[in-house]
Amino acid sequence: MPDPVTGILLTPIVAAAILVVLPGYRLGAVLNVIASLAALLFALTLLWHRPGTTPYLLVDDLNIVFVLLNCFVGFTTSSFSASYIGHEIQIGKLSLTNIRFYHAMFQIMLFGMNLALLANNIGLMWVAVELATLTTVMMVGLYRTAEALEAAWKYFILGSVGIALALFGTILVYLAARPVVGEGIDAMIWTNLFHAAPDFDSSLLNIAFVFLLLGYGTKVGLAPLHAWLPDAHAEGPTPISAVLSGLLLNVALYALLRFKVLLAANPNAIAPGPLMIGMGLLSLIFAAFMLYRRRDIKRMFAYSSIEHMGIIVFAFGMAGPLGNFAGLLQMTMHSLTKSGIFFCVGHIAQVKGSQKIADMGGLTASHPVLGWGLVAGMAAIAGLPPFGVFTSEFLVVSSTFVREPVLALILVFGLLVAFGALLLRVTGVAFGPVIGPVGRVHASYIPMFAHFGLVLMAGIWLPPPLVTWFQHVAALLG
Amino acid sequence: MAFVSPHGLSFDIAHMLAGLLVLVSFMMLYQLRLLALLHVLGLHAFVLALSVAWQAHIQGAPHLYITAGMALAFKAILIPWALRRMVFQMGLHREIETVGGIGITMLAGIALVALSLQVMLPVTANADPVAREDIALALSVVLIGLLIMVTRQNAISQVVGFMSLENGINLAATGARGMPLVVEITVAFSILVAFIVVGVFLFRIRERFDTIDISELDRVRGGQM
Repeated sequence: MPDPVTGILLTPIVAAAILVVLPGYRLGAVLNVIASLAALLFALTLLWHRPGTTPYLLVDDLNIVFVLLNCFVGFTTSSFSASYIGHEIQIGKLSLTNIRFYHAMFQIMLFGMNLALLANNIGLMWVAVELATLTTVMMVGLYRTAEALEAAWKYFILGSVGIALALFGTILVYLAARPVVGEGIDAMIWTNLFHAAPDFDSSLLNIAFVFLLLGYGTKVGLAPLHAWLPDAHAEGPTPISAVLSGLLLNVALYALLRFKVLLAANPNAIAPGPLMIGMGLLSLIFAAFMLYRRRDIKRMFAYSSIEHMGIIVFAFGMAGPLGNFAGLLQMTMHSLTKSGIFFCVGHIAQVKGSQKIADMGGLTASHPVLGWGLVAGMAAIAGLPPFGVFTSEFLVVSSTFVREPVLALILVFGLLVAFGALLLRVTGVAFGPVIGPVGRVHASYIPMFAHFGLVLMAGIWLPPPLVTWFQHVAALLG
Repeated sequence: MAFVSPHGLSFDIAHMLAGLLVLVSFMMLYQLRLLALLHVLGLHAFVLALSVAWQAHIQGAPHLYITAGMALAFKAILIPWALRRMVFQMGLHREIETVGGIGITMLAGIALVALSLQVMLPVTANADPVAREDIALALSVVLIGLLIMVTRQNAISQVVGFMSLENGINLAATGARGMPLVVEITVAFSILVAFIVVGVFLFRIRERFDTIDISELDRVRGGQM
């Protein structure tokens, strides 16, 4: 049995190499699912067998949560993708060469994200985030329509600027660490940085964090750096929208959290909390209002992702055991719910042959499973009980009310505005007169229901080991 | 007062080369022709290569010569040449359209340099002086690169802006003494990858639009925002 970390990283690389040359999309789709499942199984073994820390790779309680979530959503998305891609080939939107490229890129993207999460070296983590960005840029432009190219170009330019600023911040962290830790690779290793952080030059660390917040914040999709996100979600293939929202935003958030812990360990550095709270609230309020004017259903849920990343960054900015716990839970719930919604929306858009909200209507009558699935997804993402998002949003709001009532009011206001917008749009799509084609769906509903089922379960009953784990991680985050 | 720097000649030369990079960044700001801009990009990368090579010399870090060589081969020669070919083959507009006048852009550039010196010099007071000046000047180059990307409409000049921004980051990375090799190679590598991606995109954009003006793309997208 190989080392789990090697397994998680090697499986996608080997799979990508095979997928590039494999003819036939059915075989490719099956291999894509098998490789993602293998990575998920390797990730699960991390729970029992934790490999030691090396200068390049690290497994600790924090990143196991992210890696597991990453591999799980990667696996479910690959199974959704298998049925989605079949339809795209039938209607001639994608050629077989495109599909080979797509499957290989999908695996390389999973590799990049897992590497970023497992990296123990701030330079390696940066490279991995860049790799994941480049692969998603390619996939966003896959359809080669004018809109898709425009989205990919915008994403590429904004993403590159973000990633460049993050590298500048990384260099500044190295400069701050060098006098304390010593020259060379030692000054880029997380585990060394954590222990030495109290002695770092605090003003250098402050400037570094501003660059890292702007850089990785662009990738998290925080307002006002979010401009790439709605286009990239709307114009790429839907499985990519699902992993962008469910996973890539989390990876950037993870990088931000690591640096935040570093800053918090230094007594003289600025508190990172207020900056994150400010950007989080701004994203929430901005996205909540933008939700009202959306005419494209994928674009709408992309704005909802900005809104949720705002809430999550806000929660981590509030920090404290409860704030961090709520942030972790909200992040997990958002990943599961939002990718589930994109699975549903992907099939709806295929049936209707359009992503325009005006072209859809009465889905609960014409396609009961998809229609009610969308309603369930909407209820979950808007934070209605009994879904898990309700639990986490309730925790964020209640913990904020105790400490900063004014901020809590702004938060609740943003949540209500967003709720209104989602309700307004989704009722039109799900109920009322049937609009658009009513053809049969060639869909596999299992990934969607698996996600919504987990979110529902988390809302009713959170397994005690998970609660203990999250509490422990929340304490680590300070 | 004698005109001798307290840090010695090696510092002065490092400082001069970094300052030269900022000057070449300014040269990019007033180019109105695409081909001239590509020539300046080549010059920018050439100055970077010199600066990195000098850092390699004074730090006694031979691996930095690789970075310098890569900057010279790829960024000073190969990429400007390829972009130039693209301009000819695709018959692109040779004039660059800018947002705001040249004068205002130059003033904004000066303000950005002042800003980065103001921000970086006080906080790096304890760092070693070579790294300190380099980081401040590198930040100026990064910010001017951003300014170019913001004020240019045309996709190729945005790529040029992005590459000058990356040059600034390379300057910072090599100025930080002992920064591991991994990073330098990957920086150079990522620029190469980024270039390939851009190349692919430019060709695809060409297939669709017959123009490489970004504002044209905005028009295509219409009211979907």
